[in-house]
Amino acid sequence: MQTIQLDLPGTGITARNDGASSFRPDAPVPPRTPVQARLLSKQFGPNVILDQLNLDIRAGEFVALLGRSGSGKTTLLRALAGLDRITSGSLEVPRARAAVFQEPRLMPWKRAWRNVTLGLKIDQPRERARKALAEVGLDHRENAWPATLSGGEAQRVALARALVREPQLLLLDEPFAALDALTRIRMHQLILALWRQHRPSVLLVTHDVDEAVLLADRVLVLEKGRIVSDIAITQPRPRSAERPEFQRVRAQLLQLLGVETDAPAPVPEPEIPAPVHTPFNFSNFSI
Amino acid sequence: MSVSTPAYGGATAPVSSSVSALDTAPAKTKPSVLLSVLRRAASPLVLMALWEVASRTGLLPERVLAAPSQIFVTLGELIASGEMGGNVWVSLHRVLTGLSVSLTLGTALALIAGLSRQGEVAVDSTMQMARTLPFLGLVPLFILWFGIGEFTKIALIAFATTFPMYLTLYSGIRGIDSKLVEAARLFGLSYPQLIVHVILPGALPSFLVGLRYSLGVSWLSLVAVEQINATAGLGYLINNARDFMRTDVIVVCLLVYSLLGLATDLLVRAIEHYALAWRPTFIKD
Repeated sequence: MQTIQLDLPGTGITARNDGASSFRPDAPVPPRTPVQARLLSKQFGPNVILDQLNLDIRAGEFVALLGRSGSGKTTLLRALAGLDRITSGSLEVPRARAAVFQEPRLMPWKRAWRNVTLGLKIDQPRERARKALAEVGLDHRENAWPATLSGGEAQRVALARALVREPQLLLLDEPFAALDALTRIRMHQLILALWRQHRPSVLLVTHDVDEAVLLADRVLVLEKGRIVSDIAITQPRPRSAERPEFQRVRAQLLQLLGVETDAPAPVPEPEIPAPVHTPFNFSNFSI
Repeated sequence: MSVSTPAYGGATAPVSSSVSALDTAPAKTKPSVLLSVLRRAASPLVLMALWEVASRTGLLPERVLAAPSQIFVTLGELIASGEMGGNVWVSLHRVLTGLSVSLTLGTALALIAGLSRQGEVAVDSTMQMARTLPFLGLVPLFILWFGIGEFTKIALIAFATTFPMYLTLYSGIRGIDSKLVEAARLFGLSYPQLIVHVILPGALPSFLVGLRYSLGVSWLSLVAVEQINATAGLGYLINNARDFMRTDVIVVCLLVYSLLGLATDLLVRAIEHYALAWRPTFIKD
């Protein structure tokens, strides 16, 4: 099969366009590992952030990357995104890649649909944007200014902006970290549904062990710039945090991250105090 | 204020009084708009009336200051004769020519300085030094260089108004969230696209502040440069009026200056309202 090698000047990245399955439906199966990093290192001055790291991500695989702060998670993601050049080693990533960051990073001066098609040279951009927004359940907000969107809505627009590019590699940099708990659960379901439909390879950078175990096929633990652990999660989705397998993996990961846990017993719900009824009284009423 | 009354008592009087105070508070604000306008207009109106009385009784001679009524009559005459229109047009033309030069120059220099380190090194220090020159002090030098014709007038207006545009656009470009630029790069925007879709719209709010400031400065510099051998324009009218001790014409011209300043300010506000519709302060839905 024909493989086009492309040097991206300045990034130290060799990008590969595999003649893309989306263009030729009769083409042979896409390459098994669109992302290949070999002995990848990244230094900022004397500080080694990524230390001869090896990483493979297969086509359509959902990989979560865990690590303490300062472990190099974001640096690795930025290298994969092509935002930072690497110091040494080799890195192969697909040309079609997109990212969602912790902040939505929408252009405040562009309406939602224009943010979705930002930089795309396509026919009928508005139609495409509407379809992508419908996928994240926001087609009714296509004309909204980003400043009027809630945190979850803005993040869904950012997701639509990433998916409209049909990426082979989707990079998620703690995209749910700034959302409230309920919105986060909805976003987990949404990202899984979209991943099933579009089948990009996904790298999710997170500090939330539960999130990683809930979503990923494989959880990697990064420490001092090296991948120290690679755990496959075989439980069928949807996964429940109450299942013993889940608890076992979580305990294992927490230990790897240096968080000591007792036996993986479920944490009891905090007891909510019963509301105390206080009769209305003018003496506690002030203007 | 806190209402402290016995808890369950029949203390109806204080309670009802506090409730009625609450009820009337919002009702008071509604008709007060007209009232506050009148209140604010009252003191200038009283001042005008005193001025008029002083003029009529001869307390304020006409060679010092003409009466308000006389000023309005003169304004009507100047408009009717077409003298005002023609001279305003000449002045407006000077300002617009000067501003178009400074807009081009200020934007170009700000882009050069804002978009690259080399550009900043090459442009910014010079601009920061030139900015501190008092442009009125340059008038004699410009007259020596360019004579006393239109060129000097327009060059001085352009010089004075370049700096606000340059400074605000430059700082606007430097103030853009680097995360947005990064996202735009990741989503495949070329460098020209980045400038059009990210950098210029992002710097626009701060640039419009500079534009408003420039417009203000442009009218100020117009007054100054039109004192130099003008044969037409508002400054010419004022100079002529001075020679004939027509204080009414001078005041009319000053009024027109301020009205022009006000009009251009409203224009920029309208532009802001349209171009910055995305800002939370303007969003109304």
